[in-house]
Amino acid sequence: MPQNADNILDHENLFRQPEYVELFENKKRDFEFGHPVDKVKEIVEWTKTKDYQEKNFARDSLTVNPAKACQPLGAVFVANGFARTLSFVHGSQGCVAYYRSHFSRHFKEPTSCVSSSMTEDAAVFGGLNNMVDGLANTHSLYKPDMIAVSTTCMAEVIGDDLNAFIKTAKEKGSVPMDYDVPFAHTPAFVGSHITGYDNALLGILKHFWDGKADTAPKLERVPNESINFIGGFDGFVVGNMPEIRRIFKTMGIEHTLLCDPSDNWNTPTDGTYRMYDGGTTKQQVAEALNAKATIVFQQFSAEKTAKLIAEHGQEVVALNHPMGVAGTDQFLMALSRISGKPIPAELELERGRLVDAIADSQAHLHGKKYALYGDPDLMLGLTQFLLELGAEPTHVLSTNGDDKWAAKVQALFDASPFGKNCKVYPKRDLWHMRSLLFTEPVDFLIGNTYGKYLERDTGTPLIRLVFPIFDRHHYHRMPIWGYEGAMRVLVMLLDEFFESLDANTIIPGKTDYSYDIIR
Amino acid sequence: MAKLRQIAFYGKGGIGKSTTSQNTLASLAEMGQKILIVGCDPKADSTRLILHAKAQDTILSLAADAGSVEDLELEDVMKVGYRDIRCVESGGPEPGVGCAGRGVITSINFLEEEGAYDGMDYVSYDVLGDVVCGGFAMPIRENKAQEIYIVMSGEMMAMYAANNISKGVLKYANSGGVRLGGLVCNERQTDKEYELADALAKMLGTRLIHFIPRDNIVQHAELRRMTVLEYAPDSKQADEYRTLAKKIHENVGNGTIPTPITMDQLEDLLMEHGIMDAIDESVVGKTAAELAVA
Repeated sequence: MPQNADNILDHENLFRQPEYVELFENKKRDFEFGHPVDKVKEIVEWTKTKDYQEKNFARDSLTVNPAKACQPLGAVFVANGFARTLSFVHGSQGCVAYYRSHFSRHFKEPTSCVSSSMTEDAAVFGGLNNMVDGLANTHSLYKPDMIAVSTTCMAEVIGDDLNAFIKTAKEKGSVPMDYDVPFAHTPAFVGSHITGYDNALLGILKHFWDGKADTAPKLERVPNESINFIGGFDGFVVGNMPEIRRIFKTMGIEHTLLCDPSDNWNTPTDGTYRMYDGGTTKQQVAEALNAKATIVFQQFSAEKTAKLIAEHGQEVVALNHPMGVAGTDQFLMALSRISGKPIPAELELERGRLVDAIADSQAHLHGKKYALYGDPDLMLGLTQFLLELGAEPTHVLSTNGDDKWAAKVQALFDASPFGKNCKVYPKRDLWHMRSLLFTEPVDFLIGNTYGKYLERDTGTPLIRLVFPIFDRHHYHRMPIWGYEGAMRVLVMLLDEFFESLDANTIIPGKTDYSYDIIR
Repeated sequence: MAKLRQIAFYGKGGIGKSTTSQNTLASLAEMGQKILIVGCDPKADSTRLILHAKAQDTILSLAADAGSVEDLELEDVMKVGYRDIRCVESGGPEPGVGCAGRGVITSINFLEEEGAYDGMDYVSYDVLGDVVCGGFAMPIRENKAQEIYIVMSGEMMAMYAANNISKGVLKYANSGGVRLGGLVCNERQTDKEYELADALAKMLGTRLIHFIPRDNIVQHAELRRMTVLEYAPDSKQADEYRTLAKKIHENVGNGTIPTPITMDQLEDLLMEHGIMDAIDESVVGKTAAELAVA
């Protein structure tokens, strides 16, 4: 046996041992009866052609590896951003296991979230009893300050009415009558996780501002000088939010971060288990109504929420995940304009250092081609930054980005000489991206962990800047927003470039004439 | 602008819901009200008399063609008919497949998000048959229809359905603002129809808002895909619908929380009016032949 207790082989090496190699060969030969190796190879080669790409892009009824998740994932993200708030997903249990594991694999932290565990009988009779029992259990077991309810497909297909259910559950004594249970219908088969983020945040703001589902008077807005900040669905939230807080503080601006899960997903190991940590408090949410303005950092993540806020009389500044020099400038100048406060020298210094770093390295990134995929706002931010660096975002693809988004990306291309040969692909998936990487190869791919299959198939090095990142640790701890964040992204782009260059020149006596000490 | 009135018509299949609602809404339009009809029936025939067309492109069929509802624009699905009444049909799956209830939810969400209700005085939902599942209850959720009108007749099963719909309304009335506006009896010329309908209304804690006499002119108009209001505006029947429309228009805020009854109570009601003999339990389940022998 290749495996023994004194020297345990991990599966990385275990299955390369002769016994296993033979076993797999036998299995293939005696049981699988697949097509001959040549035929398989022929088809694989065909999938790399222009001919195949045309067929691939003509696809209209099938999605292969979409670069998006479903609405409740975004709703769970939002619930995690409020103080002592437990996310309650009305629907089946398996869905909730997915949201929890998805976040835990990315943030390497536990993610608390309960389900109303609907089963077959609930599908027939409606999930009211599950809501009644679920709210009662959640309230008595986990003692949250607030329970934020969202839904899975199951509850949505049978048409469960959250508003009525929550009221009935309160009448039945599941939770006190004045207990806060904001809710959002988040059918998973509509939109994506950013739609869910929007709906859930909208549900919470509506609850506190517009009379708690007719159980309290609507709040009157008494404008003050504070500014609200809404980050949108963000895989780097643990690093980004402290950076945003720092920027506000440096500028001396009163602010409220509406939905800040950065502490919940960053609890220390110090002997105390924190089921809840940090986040926006209920009082902050109520007072946020009085703010002078709200900055929506990712427009497509909060379209309906932005509308609600504007209707309540605030100025709403909707940005598209601004990053890099010009992007951060835009953000800071908006803050400065609204608050009437100057941009402090400290931030100007950071900007100067970033520009300096970019100048030091720009020769290496100039003209490099990138393919990128992910959420619409992040794609806009990255496109802008890449163009700024003199790189070419050749393929920009988004599954949950629509034509309106595509027009915005195109506008960025048109505004830069480096955008000339770049193309935007709304509503496409990773299988489309695979074709593009074969027919119009690029130097680097920017995506999430799922992009590693594209890296494997096409040999395009992957840079992980998109949620979820399961196979690298702690990226989420470092910001990608602000000048400091831009520095981090710059380093990631450069690291991958230098790694590739080294890997490409490492053969002794053959290519190592270029395996240099100084780059 | 006056506050948007949202009403819904429910009732047993084939009772004349769509005919009654379209004629009534045409009368309301005649009174100068701006109206949107939302057909919530997979058969998509709730707006046929207003549009003079049998079936129009429904929200769900267009969404299926386009790929998703998000790809639709309001103009694609909204048609304008008699007296500028705006019409949309949610549509839905073929009989036997899919989930029509979800279709109703999808459609109503789409209309709200696209601002279809802006500038309207009335939104009327025409909903098929019973409240069979959560989706068909969408129009009676909070912030949707405030009043439900149940179309029925003096037939036992129509009354049974009316009672069932009241149960659905009751479920939502306690937690939300929906109320039962009243019963509309569409005459079938059954025995003591008015008395029965009136008695049922009282038992359900509501009122018989109008009794529409049977008149063949409705058929004539319908064959021409028109409302009576348009086909024969001077007819007596047109006036009946005008009366109903006026009553509904003035009925704002008068809705009640229904008090549904049991099957036994319903049978008692029929007996009281002499429609049904007292049940001799010994004959229940016996065929005519068996009874003849006995």
